[in-house]
Amino acid sequence: MTSKQFGGPALLLDRSDINTDEIIPAKYLTEVTKEALQPYMLEDLKLDGFDPKSEQVRQARVIVTRENFGCGSSREHAPWVFEVNGVHTIIAESYARIFRQNMFNCGMLAIELPKEDIDSLFAMGRAGQLVVDVDVDGQRLTARAGGESREFGFDISPFDKALVLAGGWVEFADARY
Amino acid sequence: MGQTIAEKIFAAHLRDEPFPGTKVLDLDRVLCHEITTPVAIADLEWRGKDRVFDPDKIKAVIDHVTPSKDSKTALQAKILRDWARRHRIRDFFDVGRNGVCHAIFPEKGYIRPGFTVIMGDSHTCTHGAFGAFAAGVGTTDLEVGILKGVCAFREPKTIRINLTGELSEGVYAKDVILHVIGQLGVNGATDRVIEFHGPVIAGMSMESRMTLCNMAIEAGGTCGICEPDRVTVDYLWPFIKDEFESPEAALAEYRRWCADPDAEYAKVFDFDVSSLEPQVTYGYKPDCVKPVAEMAGQRVDQVYIGSCTNGRIEDLREAARILRGRKIADSVRGIVSPATPQIFRQALAEGIIDVFMEAGFCVTNPTCGACLGMSNGVLAEGEVCAATTNRNFNGRMGKGGMVHLMSPATAAASAVTGVITDARELLRQPAA
Repeated sequence: MTSKQFGGPALLLDRSDINTDEIIPAKYLTEVTKEALQPYMLEDLKLDGFDPKSEQVRQARVIVTRENFGCGSSREHAPWVFEVNGVHTIIAESYARIFRQNMFNCGMLAIELPKEDIDSLFAMGRAGQLVVDVDVDGQRLTARAGGESREFGFDISPFDKALVLAGGWVEFADARY
Repeated sequence: MGQTIAEKIFAAHLRDEPFPGTKVLDLDRVLCHEITTPVAIADLEWRGKDRVFDPDKIKAVIDHVTPSKDSKTALQAKILRDWARRHRIRDFFDVGRNGVCHAIFPEKGYIRPGFTVIMGDSHTCTHGAFGAFAAGVGTTDLEVGILKGVCAFREPKTIRINLTGELSEGVYAKDVILHVIGQLGVNGATDRVIEFHGPVIAGMSMESRMTLCNMAIEAGGTCGICEPDRVTVDYLWPFIKDEFESPEAALAEYRRWCADPDAEYAKVFDFDVSSLEPQVTYGYKPDCVKPVAEMAGQRVDQVYIGSCTNGRIEDLREAARILRGRKIADSVRGIVSPATPQIFRQALAEGIIDVFMEAGFCVTNPTCGACLGMSNGVLAEGEVCAATTNRNFNGRMGKGGMVHLMSPATAAASAVTGVITDARELLRQPAA
């Protein structure tokens, strides 16, 4: 069982097509440890009013966002920069394929919810700090904000779930192949 | 039921289906470069699994930052170099013999129809031009590829794109793919393979097909793929002549990787390219595409001709057609990076490098560093680059910079005038 904590205070990024260059610019790909990436999360994100150095970003353990999150580069540095900042859960309408696979390969959670559920999370987040609890086994998440609480079910493929529970793809593959 | 190209390749390479819908495939090629592979190597060492599944199926190159620019990039190169030596990976390309990964590996004949190929680089889809299933992956998938020679994929669904008509003079594969991405959107092919068909493809060189497949990822596609044909065989012939009695025999063998006529597609698009004009991007997403005419006159500070999309010999030839006898504008910095040493030498032999230098271009060694602002050619805040690359994300070539994607001919014409320019105007005028 993974030691990662899924859930916690959420950061809302109300935009589609947030790309890997915005998550971690290429100039930091010269680093050879995950930890060295820590200060640079979302450094180049183009989103009105967004400050990558804000307290809200520092406290975030979950990200809620729109369509096609993580498009662009194959760099696994993108999930890693979240991992080393304690963000192990992303909730989006959809993902770019490589980014989504990288998340599960690292034993992290890339949850997909339909647009209306994402709309609800954004609406709740406008009423107060959104906090999300995730039950991976039960495939349910609970969102709380401003005294309100709502539950959402989510789908996760058996393979992706196995990767999260195994803690990643390397151990799974080396044991099996 | 007939099969698409990807379905045939999946069926032939299936090692395991650990869960319904998850296909674990045997790999024919694991390609490596110095940015995403050293972390995979370090992690394998840390896990006590410093092994490779087959040194002959692994190929590696130092591409993005070469020669190394500082201690960190020197360490990345050293990790890859030492690992290649330790595991007897013979096909390792170091400074002096190295170049852009998606140009050098096909050029060496490493990619064949029906192959499964992964690399820790999103533009690995380029290799689909040969009728291979080639997908970009992250470092963890790369690690498992190196260690076990397998990779997991979801069931591939395919979008079929039929390209009919005839490309006008001054309109290229780059304009076709920019137009297709504009139509599909950056998310239009996510989790899909894009199969390119039709007489336009049949008439394209392998270089042009690579340009087309290179940008499949910009529509979210796992792989862009073309059916192997006589053009494919002719390109590969120097590398396969000992395996087959004749090109016809090779073609007969490779045709088994073509799609069946009754294959089932997730979607089919028909594009007639006859009236297609040169295209250019205008925003921070590759699907923000317009005809050049609508962007004409916009200032550019830098022009970059190179990258895994358009740094091949035919790209340099087309740019040189515009530049011959002309100078680039005083306000413009021109940079050209031939994608491999072979392309560089060919361009020298044909006098193309001379044309670029006479025009006022800076010629760099083969590398893809400028495309993503990793080594040379970085933009300053507020600067604009006309580029033959594949990605125009905010900050891509430097924080605060703007990148407009276009064909080599459009880039060369824009270098001459200092503003975005339809190359056909210059093709019509004799150079002074």
